[in-house]
Amino acid sequence: METLQIYWWLLISVLGGVLVFLLFVQGGQSLLLETRGATAKNVIVNALGRKWELTFTTLVVFGGAFFASFPLFYSTSFGGAYWLWMAILFSFVLQAVSYEFRRKSGNLYGTGTYDFFLLLNGVVGCVLIGVAVGVLFFGGDFSVTRGNILDGQAPVISVWASTHGLEAICSWKNLLLGFTLFFLARMNAALYLMNSVDDGSKFFTGCRNKAILNGIVFVILFLALLAVILLSDGYTVAPDGTVTAVAYKYAINLIELWWLLAALALGVVLVLIGYGLTLLRKTYNKGIWWTGIGTIITIVALLCDLGYNNTAYMPSLTDPQSSLTIANSSSTEFTLTVMSWVSLLVPVVILYIWIVWRKMNATPMTSAEVDADSHSY
Amino acid sequence: MEDLIQVVDWSRMQFALTAIVHWLFVPLTIGLSLIIAVMETIYYRTRNEKWLKTEKFWMTLFAINFAIGVATGIILEFEFGTNWSNYSWFVGDIFGAPLAIEGLLAFFMEATFFAVMFFGWKKVSAGFHLASTWLVAIGVSLSALWILVANAWMQYPVGMEFDPAQMRNVMSDFLAVATSGVAINKFFHAVTSGWVLASVFVIGVSCIIAARGKNLAMAKDSVKVSGWIGLIGIILTMWTGDGSAVEVARVQPMKLAAMEGLYRGEVGQELVGFGLIDTENKEIDLKIGIPKGLSLLANHDMDSFVPGIDDLIDGIALTPEGDTINTVSYAERIEIGKAAQQALRDYEAARQAGDKGAMEAANARIRENYRFFGYGYFNSPQDAVPPVALTFYSFRIMVMAGGYLLLLLIVALFVVYKKPDWFDTRLARWIGALSIPVVWICSEAGWIVAEVGRQPWTIQDILPVQAAVSAVTASSVQITFWLFAVVFAALIAAEISIMVKEVKKGSEREITE
Repeated sequence: METLQIYWWLLISVLGGVLVFLLFVQGGQSLLLETRGATAKNVIVNALGRKWELTFTTLVVFGGAFFASFPLFYSTSFGGAYWLWMAILFSFVLQAVSYEFRRKSGNLYGTGTYDFFLLLNGVVGCVLIGVAVGVLFFGGDFSVTRGNILDGQAPVISVWASTHGLEAICSWKNLLLGFTLFFLARMNAALYLMNSVDDGSKFFTGCRNKAILNGIVFVILFLALLAVILLSDGYTVAPDGTVTAVAYKYAINLIELWWLLAALALGVVLVLIGYGLTLLRKTYNKGIWWTGIGTIITIVALLCDLGYNNTAYMPSLTDPQSSLTIANSSSTEFTLTVMSWVSLLVPVVILYIWIVWRKMNATPMTSAEVDADSHSY
Repeated sequence: MEDLIQVVDWSRMQFALTAIVHWLFVPLTIGLSLIIAVMETIYYRTRNEKWLKTEKFWMTLFAINFAIGVATGIILEFEFGTNWSNYSWFVGDIFGAPLAIEGLLAFFMEATFFAVMFFGWKKVSAGFHLASTWLVAIGVSLSALWILVANAWMQYPVGMEFDPAQMRNVMSDFLAVATSGVAINKFFHAVTSGWVLASVFVIGVSCIIAARGKNLAMAKDSVKVSGWIGLIGIILTMWTGDGSAVEVARVQPMKLAAMEGLYRGEVGQELVGFGLIDTENKEIDLKIGIPKGLSLLANHDMDSFVPGIDDLIDGIALTPEGDTINTVSYAERIEIGKAAQQALRDYEAARQAGDKGAMEAANARIRENYRFFGYGYFNSPQDAVPPVALTFYSFRIMVMAGGYLLLLLIVALFVVYKKPDWFDTRLARWIGALSIPVVWICSEAGWIVAEVGRQPWTIQDILPVQAAVSAVTASSVQITFWLFAVVFAALIAAEISIMVKEVKKGSEREITE
């Protein structure tokens, strides 16, 4: 059973890592704020538009996989931090229609409105997903009492603070994580555009400048975030299930699980290589692959740091004994086994996504191509 | 939770709103993806450019619809957590699996190949493109399969057992969940109804386009493809609908009684073809009945007994000879449910005290009484009765509209093959245009029957809505409900406006030239 829980936490971490990488779509949408001219905006939106569904789907699958493997998390976090998740939800609902509607005649509200929705999702989606992840590191105000199911007047087992997630949005630590994610997404977006668009040197240079600038902000925020995480208290779970606070728990995990530390270091180095090569070589356009792979490895390492080594991955600040661990929040051995068989198809999914990505991005996009395509966004 | 009932009501309204809005787009996506794939296959085989241009016209409408379907779909997944958090834990071990499988096996397929379908014309080979178009259609149906497996399990919970130590239900047989008769019927019924909806949409739009005179051939080709798909679809929908009726009679007899507005059943029960229900006096006015029809529909036996709402509440059934036999009344079910809940309390107390003997004894009582666990939340048998009038009228609307659509599809094929001169007339345009809302009303009415008729259960007999909610305030849900309502209204208005513009554009230029 323990092996299955570890396996599923790893899968969740990988999905989380892929999701954070794919948030370059949101980062790119946020770049619309400083992009001038309809042509440049159209090129950016169409370049991102080839991938937006992949990000959206990964978010949905991430949620579904979390639900299937750790249902108590789904129940506690979604039902508790109501406003946080609703804000994320609304931003993604608006995004989903904006690509298709923005330049269609008869769209009622004009291209500018849909571009604003994309911008909104780009900022709010990234930052608030970061806040939601921040709750995993820094805890939330909730309690879990399974016996409540028998209380006819108040039958809910997971009860959150009355602010229902607004307090999480106001936490500076959570916001630090959110903005770190935001600037990472913006940097990755600029690198992606450099790689997938061929629309003259002005466009390329503009993206390169954005990558460099957002990269600097990201590195500063990431170092601050790493320091905060490593200096924070975490919660450890004893064999009898008792949860207690432990100083520097996340740092201790990295020392005790040396391979996680190695993975984290590798991920960070890859991101820095991608950034460095872009900084040093004026025409270098493959930075996205370095930073993309680095992003995934870094996030996987951080999420594993959160869930492994008898750590509560979502500590309750109100009642530590209610904290969620991979042991007390998971599905049963039977369900995890069934799901594990299904997960054997993941390589097939990755394979066809890879094949399609390669075919669709074999030649960089141009503004002429966007203008000529009757289905362009 | 002082405002529990209000939280429950607003959560139900919010879920109903999002489900209804989501279902406006899903069946069109299901059916249109198939129609487009068939058109591209014809193009691939014949290399006749008119089919490519025809396909591209429908693809534009497909994409507009697909986007808003995706947007509304994610809300439902989130709402299981945000508004039904107790449900998410109580049955998450079973319910989460189909959702995750849907995402992994269907969503990625749709999302990946959708990009090829729309932007890959010059980037991949014709064969690869055709395969991508089919994979989108298959992905859409696979997505429906897993969602309907999940939905069917809520209506007919199988393949599970209750674990008192964790106070939740756990999966014991995945195949039973994935292949239950209710799930299989529901899947084919919903998917083939999607074929019907999209076919009627294509026929309706084709009639409008044809009336302008510029795209008569393209409109006829579209009707030929969609007409056959629609006709096959509606025959299968009716066949699986019959199967669904049998399943409902077997596992949700209260829903069937509500569908018929039946309070006291008989051996050889008639089917109400038309009528106005009076729920206060438990009567149906202006009734046109089909003798023995309901017995035949529900049990495939004209002389069988079909229980009414009061029969079920009183626990009364009749033998084929008309003799009364007793089943478990709803008052008894409430007692059994309360006994199961008390046994669970005892189990928990014994577990905390470390008394294994008492735990086993309590567990035995839980197992004995668990089948009616959810009734323990009710104070009165009436609490377990769904809204009868809404279920009754929705069922009639669905059936009558379905009959009309069958006729429409037959006539459309007859006209397009045998009387092509009738096709581009004003009458055809009006019939085509007015049939579009009919098919949507039919489709939504079907879901209202399925979902309102099963109230008050989230999990049949196990978990009623009031025990499934989240600990949020009613005002919070009220605010998000209205936000959703405003956003949906705005987006639907935009979508319809874009669709109308695209159809108008299609009418004013020669699409296949």
